[in-house]
Amino acid sequence: MPDKPLLEIKNLKKSFGDNLVLDGISFSLNGGETKVIIGPSGTGKSTILKSINRLVEPDDGEIWLEDTEIISCRHINAIRQQIGYVFQDFGLFHHLTVLKNVMIGLTRVKKIPKEEAMKKARYQLDRVGLSGTEHQYPAQLSGGQKQRVAIARALAMEPKLMLFDEPTSALDPELIGEVLTVMKELADSKMTMLVVTHEMGFARSVSDEIIFIEKGSIVEQGPPEKMFRHPVHDRTKEFLFKLEDLYGEGSG
Amino acid sequence: MFSSLTDFMIVDIFVSHFGQLMEGLKFTFQLTIVSMICGTTLGVLLALGRTFGKKPVSWLCTAYIELIRGTPMLAQLFILYFALPPYGIKLSAVTVAYLGFTLNVAAYQAEYTRGSIEAVGEDQFKAAASLGMGHWQTVFYVVLPQAVRWSIPAWTNEFIYLLKFTSLAYMIGAPDLLTQGKLIASRNYQFFRVYLIVGIIYLVIVLAATWIIGKIEKKIEIPGFGHQKRP
Repeated sequence: MPDKPLLEIKNLKKSFGDNLVLDGISFSLNGGETKVIIGPSGTGKSTILKSINRLVEPDDGEIWLEDTEIISCRHINAIRQQIGYVFQDFGLFHHLTVLKNVMIGLTRVKKIPKEEAMKKARYQLDRVGLSGTEHQYPAQLSGGQKQRVAIARALAMEPKLMLFDEPTSALDPELIGEVLTVMKELADSKMTMLVVTHEMGFARSVSDEIIFIEKGSIVEQGPPEKMFRHPVHDRTKEFLFKLEDLYGEGSG
Repeated sequence: MFSSLTDFMIVDIFVSHFGQLMEGLKFTFQLTIVSMICGTTLGVLLALGRTFGKKPVSWLCTAYIELIRGTPMLAQLFILYFALPPYGIKLSAVTVAYLGFTLNVAAYQAEYTRGSIEAVGEDQFKAAASLGMGHWQTVFYVVLPQAVRWSIPAWTNEFIYLLKFTSLAYMIGAPDLLTQGKLIASRNYQFFRVYLIVGIIYLVIVLAATWIIGKIEKKIEIPGFGHQKRP
């Protein structure tokens, strides 16, 4: 265990108008760990991820990425380069080919020479199993392929941390597996990952810890075995039971 | 009346004034292309200013666009041509034509482009931000290239329209196709036949331009844009 967590969130708070979405969230993530955030819809799961790279501005609290405090950081774009973000709706750039989608962050943000960027992009595309699609446009891909391109694009930036915001929620059931497989391989390669998902199979088999959030607060957190077998709170038990009923266990 | 349409005088007039008509056509093309290129460039800048500029910039761009779109083109040409000389600004008819059409096209193109910019989804901004792109990087590398793609049909439509609309330059005596027609007719008094010839020439070039542009649009089309549904 490293002495200092890679990501540490302290007392994170956020309201949208009168609606208190995050009511003091604290947890940390060590390098190489994968944690999964679960909880009912509208309980602020995505808001936590968005706060981490400041797509949402938190009201209060601290977020530390190693030695940098993110909320007070004035160069947010420098932080964002170090955090990969995978969206529910992919967010691929429609006017660019697959290869250029993966390259654009390298060439335009990191100012890496084109040749080198192309090499890195091809490597990441190969990693997510999409060699051969380089010159296709997003409109020509399936949802699962789009999400894998999005993952490759985030990985190409060589981030310290990957955030997954319901990465399989917009996918047809038969396409979910290919995305989860890529994510599992990433976790196995010791990428540090924070995942919001309803895929209990993934949470159970891949994550080091599951964090259950409801109404903006952490109800319970712990290793998957403990969370599934011996949850302390009735609410956790009830929620996990419902999810397993809905999605089954095997989809991861 | 019908017999006059089928007589050969039309051919005679066309052949004997071919050079002059082509001179006019050449100017019509030049005026259309120059004002289209300059106007569209200016229009894109106006659209960016209106959408992403700081308040005073956005307000100024909006004011310009609404002023131009809210007044007749002919009035704009007359102001440039007749109302400026007393203030010491004397411009030739040709200059006024180039300037007037450029300024006019810019306002309309700005609005087409703005519509396309606003159609670029929120997800594109978020994705760009997540890679660490700055505001203007996002605008130039992500938003604008997509907005331009969406704008192409409106732009090319404007080009076709402009081919004919430049005949308004006739009102200030700029030497376009219609002006040349008028000069020919005022000498041979064959107004009907001459204007018929001019009309046919406009029809032919508009049809040709429509066909060529259709080919170009098809050639530069990428999946997800153009005739297919939006992603």
